[in-house]
Amino acid sequence: MTDPARARLPQRSLLTDPVVRAVIIQIAVFALVAGVLAFAAVNTAENLKRAGIASGFGFFNQVAGFDVSQSLVEYSRASTYGRVFLVGLLNTLLVSSVSIVVATVLGFAVGLLRLSGNWLVSRMAAVYVEILRNVPLLLQILFWYIAILNPLPGPRQAMSLFDTIFLCNRGLIIPWPVFLPGSWLVLVAFLLALAGGAGLVLWARRRQRLTGKRFPAYVSSLGLIILLPLVALAAAGFPIRWDLPELSGFNFAGGLTLQPEFTALVLALSLYTAAFIAENVRAGIEAVDKGQIEAAHSLGLRPAPTMRLVVVPQALRVIIPPLTSQHLTLVKNSSLAVVIGYPDLVSVFAGTTLNQTGQAVEIIAITMLVYLTISLAISLFMNWYNARVAILER
Amino acid sequence: MYVKRERSPSLPPPRSEAGVVGWLRANLFSSWPNALMTLAGLALLLYSLPPFLKWAVIDANWLGDSREGCLPPLGDAAGACWVFIKVRLGLLMYGFYPEAERWRIDLAGILLAAAGGQLVAGSLLRAATGRGRRLTGLFPLAGVLLSLALFGILPGLVACAYLAAPDILARARPGRLLLGLAHRPQLHLAARLGLAAGAGAALALGFGAAGQGLAVALSLLAASLIFIALGAYGQSAASVRFSLLLGVYPVICYALLLGGGLDLPLVDTDNWGGLFLTLVIAGVGIATSLPVGILLALGRRSRMPVIKALSVSFIEFIRGVPLISVLFMASVMLPLTLPAGMHVNKLLRALVGVSLFYSAYMAEVVRGGLQAIPRGQYEAAEALGLRYWRVMRLVILPQALRLVIPGITNTFLGLLKDTTLVAVINLMDILGILKSALADTRWLGFTKEAYVFAGVVFWVICFGLSRYSMLLEKRLKPGRN
Amino acid sequence: MRFKTALFVALALCLAAAQAIGGTLDDVKKKGFVSAGVSGKVPGFSVPDDKGFWLGLDVDFCRAVAAAVFDDPNKVKFVPVTTKERFTALQTGEIDILSRNTTWTLQRDAEQGLEFVGTLFYDGQGFMVNKKLGVKSAKDLNGASICIQIGTTTEMNVSDYFAANGMKYKPVVFESADEAAVIYDSGRCDVYTTDASGLAARRTTLSKPEDNVILPEIISKEPLGPAVRQSDGQWVDIVRWTLFVLLNAEELGVTSKNVDQMLKSENPDVKRLLGTEGTYGEMLGLTKDWAYRIIKHVGNYGELFEKNVGPNTALKLERGLNAQWNKGGIMYAPPVR
Repeated sequence: MTDPARARLPQRSLLTDPVVRAVIIQIAVFALVAGVLAFAAVNTAENLKRAGIASGFGFFNQVAGFDVSQSLVEYSRASTYGRVFLVGLLNTLLVSSVSIVVATVLGFAVGLLRLSGNWLVSRMAAVYVEILRNVPLLLQILFWYIAILNPLPGPRQAMSLFDTIFLCNRGLIIPWPVFLPGSWLVLVAFLLALAGGAGLVLWARRRQRLTGKRFPAYVSSLGLIILLPLVALAAAGFPIRWDLPELSGFNFAGGLTLQPEFTALVLALSLYTAAFIAENVRAGIEAVDKGQIEAAHSLGLRPAPTMRLVVVPQALRVIIPPLTSQHLTLVKNSSLAVVIGYPDLVSVFAGTTLNQTGQAVEIIAITMLVYLTISLAISLFMNWYNARVAILER
Repeated sequence: MYVKRERSPSLPPPRSEAGVVGWLRANLFSSWPNALMTLAGLALLLYSLPPFLKWAVIDANWLGDSREGCLPPLGDAAGACWVFIKVRLGLLMYGFYPEAERWRIDLAGILLAAAGGQLVAGSLLRAATGRGRRLTGLFPLAGVLLSLALFGILPGLVACAYLAAPDILARARPGRLLLGLAHRPQLHLAARLGLAAGAGAALALGFGAAGQGLAVALSLLAASLIFIALGAYGQSAASVRFSLLLGVYPVICYALLLGGGLDLPLVDTDNWGGLFLTLVIAGVGIATSLPVGILLALGRRSRMPVIKALSVSFIEFIRGVPLISVLFMASVMLPLTLPAGMHVNKLLRALVGVSLFYSAYMAEVVRGGLQAIPRGQYEAAEALGLRYWRVMRLVILPQALRLVIPGITNTFLGLLKDTTLVAVINLMDILGILKSALADTRWLGFTKEAYVFAGVVFWVICFGLSRYSMLLEKRLKPGRN
Repeated sequence: MRFKTALFVALALCLAAAQAIGGTLDDVKKKGFVSAGVSGKVPGFSVPDDKGFWLGLDVDFCRAVAAAVFDDPNKVKFVPVTTKERFTALQTGEIDILSRNTTWTLQRDAEQGLEFVGTLFYDGQGFMVNKKLGVKSAKDLNGASICIQIGTTTEMNVSDYFAANGMKYKPVVFESADEAAVIYDSGRCDVYTTDASGLAARRTTLSKPEDNVILPEIISKEPLGPAVRQSDGQWVDIVRWTLFVLLNAEELGVTSKNVDQMLKSENPDVKRLLGTEGTYGEMLGLTKDWAYRIIKHVGNYGELFEKNVGPNTALKLERGLNAQWNKGGIMYAPPVR
């Protein structure tokens, strides 16, 4: 022992030496965990062998032979299970991202209303939050799907708005643009306008910093973004045609159909998550010191700039971390799609594919891995953001 | 020159600032946008509330016991059909638990309500008035009387024994037996464990005839009772009550609800269902996820790299995947990992899945609390010569857990709400029963009633729990005497 | 302490593992009941009544096995399994028989480690639509939305059928056949599809059964049968021959009512069946009177059919393919000899 403090200690048994103990405990725990895992692995291998199930990922290349009701990429019954996986994954991402946007907007709105000086409105926001977040999400999904959307009239009695948008128990059917050749010009114009708008904002900021002169950059870039594509549209001779829904046979043909499964899932996920986000927003804004607002007022800032320049930037620092974790929860909750038959990853991959191939271990492992990857990606983003706002602090 | 000597009486505020009008002005119509918002809010209320009330209350059908009660000649088709819920209430509460045996669930419920009620009411009353120990005695009394009146002598006696035990044990002689060892905590613990285990083993042999499952349960019951009894002397009745609730009550429930001996017919878990099953899953999940979560959190903050790595990977893995995939794993994959011929009951698999899942979330909540305790606390405790576990148990955890009560409650509420997911793997919780009820030929088309009912049940429980936690939080705020 | 605990746990697990190696029959006898996986949600095949007593053809078949082993048809534990769990449950020994209207296919036989013991019910997939749509044939279903149960052969058959006929459809897929039917009833889909027997059963549970018609096309072969683990030959034989006893008994005219008189029969086929001649039961590891027990307690195939799905039940199914081979059907059991 080189450490003199240690050397002076009376000689103790090896077992009571904290360092030795720590090593022993760690080895023991590790052995236990490894033992349990090995035990499970050996059993699984043996069970699979005894049952004559071939393990491996070969099934990814087999032909699926079933259909999926909604798919963002080309898919047919002749596609492979690998394709099924992709279709499910994209559907999960689609429903999650739409719900995240809706939930965030709604959550901010409700959270702000909750803090409003208006007694009635703030109470109503409170009631919304307390009702929605205390009822299980699964129940809400089923409620929207089975009790609200399914009893809508059939396609032949569909409710319609100007005979272009239809709502029935087959979903919400809306017109959808079809891009004819030449429409790339509009896209290019749109991208150009976006870039131009961003440049304008940056330039205006710099000018204000240097000279103090203001320029209505947001309004003018918005105008740019709307006008430029329109001009391009006219120049190309309107190469976009609207595909209008119309009744043919059993269902509507044409247009874009938002299936009730999708709609119910988006409604339930975003209303439920919005209640939690509203609470985060409220807590974040309440966390901003009252003195900050008073100081801003005494500097002569009016309520709107106070909110925009003083309160929101500080509140966001508190709001963003729980907000991201709400988003993360939403992505995971989207797996409840399986109960109403929305073809997400869990439904088509951990459902149908698992049933058809019987590769339970591989499929459940892959499914978990996918969600794990998504969450890790979101956590990484959160860490990055936290680091960024932390630097801005001083 | 006139100088006014006395104060003139202050004028009443202008009429527009006082009374109802003033309140309305200040709170609802202070500015144009505000007034618009108020009107929009009112419109929304008028649009949604009256039709709902008309459906749910005014036009609703409560009478009768068949579908006819809700159809025009007898009832009103425009209103909700609560008859549907009324007829199914037994199933919704107890699942397929045989009707003759349902008193066992009731007894378990009464025991919980009496013991838990006493604890909760005790804490609330203390928060409100600073005393109130006398009044809380009403809970066990009511529990015993109710059990006697409803279920007869023997169950009544069981209730009496269980509910009176804390007060007796806190004063009783057997507790003094080991008092001599009190200054050697490890020896004390070992002696308690040894005696309890010995008694349990002896009983297990003796009870062997009473049926296997029940014998184990009874021996376990005796062992945990002895363990608690030996350490009870000198403790407050409330803390003994708490240990009994954690250590003895689950065993009583296990023996009572499963049965299989002693005149209690076996009721297989396949028949468990309804709200009862929901509460069993939630209860077991809560009782296991908190301790496991604490261990994981300690593991994550441990200085031993292996333990830390294992805890972190477990927590992050679980938190990264949806519960439904964990449940699928428990129902489809877990059986494959066991040796041939060894099976784990489906309910137990779901319980393991739910508990492990929420342990990870609990661990993160507890970690938040641990991180908030200043280093000085650890160092001071260590300087007093306390070992790791005593530092944690006596100094750190009480403070850390108090800090994170809201987080713990939120996790509990999440767990309670997520128990509905077990319906996806075919367990008949309240949602599963509702789903099967909806497929009943005689009662088609009452989906709204079903979901509204389940929603209200969950809402009442969750909202109640969240309010209780707020009170608890207020009571335990540091700085209070 | 920790080491000892770990050691103890490991030891206990090894013991549990060692204990399991033994035939299914011994295992079943030791635990005192047959563990049977059923669907639990198909009227006529397996469904609990409101007292929790199981009814149906699939269920009664399991009772027949219990009767053969224990002389007591009630020594069965019914375990409801989902389509997702069913094969794992059988493979891992949680259940001893899978009697859950499961279609016998090559892939399941070869890749899932199952052995189908025979066909208990010949079925085929059909379609049900609302009368209002005015559809007369499955060929008119182009563009329809179809409610299907997830991950079954049903899902594949529809896909095959529509592809073969150059038609399109929208699948709406649910975890259970139950949910699919409820959703169909709500109008979300134009068509509900499942096995024809299931269609008949489901129609009775719709809000207006008379408004729905079952289309004439049968688009697939669905031989539904009980399955057991491939690895245990003895158990395969017991379950397989339980099925054949049910069929042979009907063919020979032995019913639960006349089985006691039949014991005195001079017909050598009957004698061999009921064990008054030969030691056929013992060859299976059972008793001589095993078939007598089955017929006495449960009945023959015809009786089970009548009781659970026949014309006098809610399902109102004709015997059709499920009649004996000499009565116009294809039920043909090898002889007991």
